[in-house]
Amino acid sequence: MSDVTELETPGGSIGVYTRPKANTGWRDWITTVDHKKIGILYGATAMFFFAIGGLEALLIRLQLATPDGTVLGADTYNRVFTMHGVTMVFLVIMPLAAAFANYLLPLQIGARDVAFPRMNALSFWIFLAGGLFLNMAWIVGDAPDGGWFAYAPNTGMIFSPGKGMDYYAIGLQITGIASLISAMNLIVTVLNMRAPGMTLFKMPVFTWMILVVQFLLLFAVPVITVALFLLLFDRNFGANFFNPEMGADPLLWQHLFWIFGHPEVYILILPSFGIISEVIPTFSRKPLFGYPFMVFSGIAIGFMGWGVWAHHMFVSGIGPISVAAFSVSTMFIAVPTGVKILNWLATMWGGRIRFNTPMLFASGVVSMFTIGGLSGVTHSVAPADTQQTDTYYIVAHFHYVIFGGALLGIFAGFYFWWPKVFGHLLDEKWGKWNFWLMIVGFNMTFGPMHILGLQGMSRRIDSYSPGFGFEFWNMFASIGAFIIALGVAVFMVNVVISARRARTAPPVGLDPWDARSPEWFSPNPTPVHNFDEDIQINSLDEFWHRKYGEDEDGRVVRVATAEEVCQDGSATDTHLPSPSYWPVVLAAGLPFIGFGLMYTLWFCVLGGALVLMAIYGWIFEPVDDPDGPHGHGHHGNEPTEGPLSEGSADDASVESAEEAPVG
Amino acid sequence: MADTAAVSHGHGTGTGLSDNKLLMWVFLGSECLLFGGLISTYLIYRSRFGDGPAPGDIFDIPFTSVSSFVLLMSSLTMVLALSALQRGDIRNNRIWLLTTALLGSLFIGGQVYEFTTFVREGLGYSTSPFSSAFFTLTGFHGVHVSLGILMLMSLLISSLRGTLTKERSETVEIIGLYWHFVDVVWIFIFTVIYLVPSPTS
Amino acid sequence: MSTATESPVESHEAAHEEGHEHPSDRRYIQVAAILAIVTALEVGTYFVDMPGEVLIPMLMAMMIYKFFYVAAWFMHLRFDSPLFTKFFVAGLVLATTVYGITLTVFEFWHKG
Repeated sequence: MSDVTELETPGGSIGVYTRPKANTGWRDWITTVDHKKIGILYGATAMFFFAIGGLEALLIRLQLATPDGTVLGADTYNRVFTMHGVTMVFLVIMPLAAAFANYLLPLQIGARDVAFPRMNALSFWIFLAGGLFLNMAWIVGDAPDGGWFAYAPNTGMIFSPGKGMDYYAIGLQITGIASLISAMNLIVTVLNMRAPGMTLFKMPVFTWMILVVQFLLLFAVPVITVALFLLLFDRNFGANFFNPEMGADPLLWQHLFWIFGHPEVYILILPSFGIISEVIPTFSRKPLFGYPFMVFSGIAIGFMGWGVWAHHMFVSGIGPISVAAFSVSTMFIAVPTGVKILNWLATMWGGRIRFNTPMLFASGVVSMFTIGGLSGVTHSVAPADTQQTDTYYIVAHFHYVIFGGALLGIFAGFYFWWPKVFGHLLDEKWGKWNFWLMIVGFNMTFGPMHILGLQGMSRRIDSYSPGFGFEFWNMFASIGAFIIALGVAVFMVNVVISARRARTAPPVGLDPWDARSPEWFSPNPTPVHNFDEDIQINSLDEFWHRKYGEDEDGRVVRVATAEEVCQDGSATDTHLPSPSYWPVVLAAGLPFIGFGLMYTLWFCVLGGALVLMAIYGWIFEPVDDPDGPHGHGHHGNEPTEGPLSEGSADDASVESAEEAPVG
Repeated sequence: MADTAAVSHGHGTGTGLSDNKLLMWVFLGSECLLFGGLISTYLIYRSRFGDGPAPGDIFDIPFTSVSSFVLLMSSLTMVLALSALQRGDIRNNRIWLLTTALLGSLFIGGQVYEFTTFVREGLGYSTSPFSSAFFTLTGFHGVHVSLGILMLMSLLISSLRGTLTKERSETVEIIGLYWHFVDVVWIFIFTVIYLVPSPTS
Repeated sequence: MSTATESPVESHEAAHEEGHEHPSDRRYIQVAAILAIVTALEVGTYFVDMPGEVLIPMLMAMMIYKFFYVAAWFMHLRFDSPLFTKFFVAGLVLATTVYGITLTVFEFWHKG
């Protein structure tokens, strides 16, 4: 990915304040502020955590394959299923969505990078720090065991006396900072950095969904921040937020958690909805049916998601009026989602469908999410939920929507955008095996859980007794889990094989899928500077409309080749934002502060010092210098950085003539 | 605040507004949810004071009114600092920045005095849900004010070094937005927590 | 770029403000004086006996009034792009709605 351009440092380097200049190797990755590299970092890190969360899942299924299982003791089981949930939600799905958002969003709006490139890097490193911090709990032998939902007072000091829940709370605070910073960054990026002519309603649906998600993050993360602080203060400073003996109300935790938690599930699913909204039209060779409805339904889901949270609390004693109100609001939220399902189906209807692997996964999303959505509708009926809640019926529901919806959508994205990122396709044959193993294994694992749940099998418990009739489907489900694992392994094999093959194969070339949206204007893999020049956007699916027109009879005809429409990546004079050490230094300070709160205050001092030093270094490091890293491409409207240095070196008006192309 | 120059994105499509200012407003939107959560927690717990002091018994309204007034006036001095810099009046910019920081510190001093008095009167952090909620809410607000004071001092230092010029007035504006927000949160807290009659024991 | 509707008196005064969107220092001080007076009135309620049904709405109104004035004048929302106001109001409305519902579920309004 790194462009090998010669870099001159300006004369005025001030020791540690020099901007780093490596553009290859590990130093490049540590100091990069390039949204594409950051996207790849998010993706690779998330897949690493996916393997961990997947192992945790397999352990669960081994334990539950037989009644009175002895694979894991009760205590260990609690830790494993807690970490499985925490890992999959916060360290896998969210960062995978971030990977796609980071890589693609600037490309889809025709920008050179995000609004605040160093903050973007900071978000990644903070996420990594938080993920490692959380998993440190395993290493010290005290992983959190209160469930991903961490209900108080069970998670207070009396009932969870170790350090596990502190790792949970602090770890999630750290990852929460990453999400919040990223949300602010991407919102400003979308609002301010779109290509000429790209009004909001000409943006691709993926970009829209990401934008809605950023607003959800912006407003939801502070709520869990409050909850986690209250829990930390209860556990460590003697506060009384969740201690019933002192008169506190444990439901406060549940409300705060789920006010975050429900928007969170839309944060999990909307990116995948965006991904398949790009894949399905491409592989149906038809425009997305009802673009305005797709946008508005995404916005509607974003709004309505705030009004349903207590459907997670129907049996917690909130009283019949509250239950009834949230039951009704939950029923309503099925509507915008239903609109989306219908629009994807209508897109496919009458299209000339190609079932390449991305399309297989996208179809998987539509079908599996429909199932998960239907079970969700049954939950909204509060009397019915009274039977369903805390059983495996719920486990079935959320795995159908998160795995069947969010994760399959992400895999669709992998297969679709792999050539854009890496310059070669993933193998189709391996891809089909990947898909079928995953979807068969998935349905084997989670389908029967509907039955088990309605038969009364409890969730969140380490074992079940024999004689209730749960044995057959649990064994069936456990086998299914291993088939999923096989499917994932096939994906990993595909990645390696395709990369190896690409070394000797011809390059994938331009526009391998005959796609529709602006990221495909640039060559594959994307050059470091993204676009040679600004793209004038005249319509939605601008890329498509430059390739295809209509003849006199209104039939679609090809009017230009990919070579004619695409850019060739050869421009030589873009400024790129300079790399920086400080994001990684700042991020490194945060886990130390966390350890300090748990073990010894000296760590807080060390962590605080790192953070302060990084902030100071960040503010004072030299501007994006004109002799800094140059990709090729359109001289940009770079943000100037460093408020206290000499004036802005790059005005928007500086023309390429004044910048000597640097080798 | 690292990227402080107003950024124009040339001939692309955008709001035409400064990236940095937009960032700060977006951030302030999210802060509403943070303080809302702490305020709601307080409201739910204000009547749960157990055997400890009740809010109606322990609050010293006259004292808190004075410190509230101090913080309110610091918003005035903040905006005067900005206005001075926008005119290129570096000297008055410095004076008003310093005044704002001093008024903020006076407010924090008042908070510290208030807290220590409460502790002496039997309201500790762990005394009751009410006490935990009260100290957490006002503590978070105080931390926000303190961070604001640090930012003001940084501005002052950069001004003394000659790098806070009229062209960079947007930096002062953005830190001012944060400062006013923190003041506005206190306007809310003072009215809802202190002035609205509280339970007594 | 004035975004709020102004009374004739206000727009007359605004027209005198240095020809651009920034209020004069005199204006700021006037706003601060109004805020101080309202604060004094708020504090004054502490010393006057009145039923809760009168007192609380009054305090809320005064608080909102102060909130609005700081946001509109000191935070410059009145003169800036409406987009800033929208972000701020979005956060406020969402917080009020969501936490208002929570307080309702806790029966705060009649249990207090």
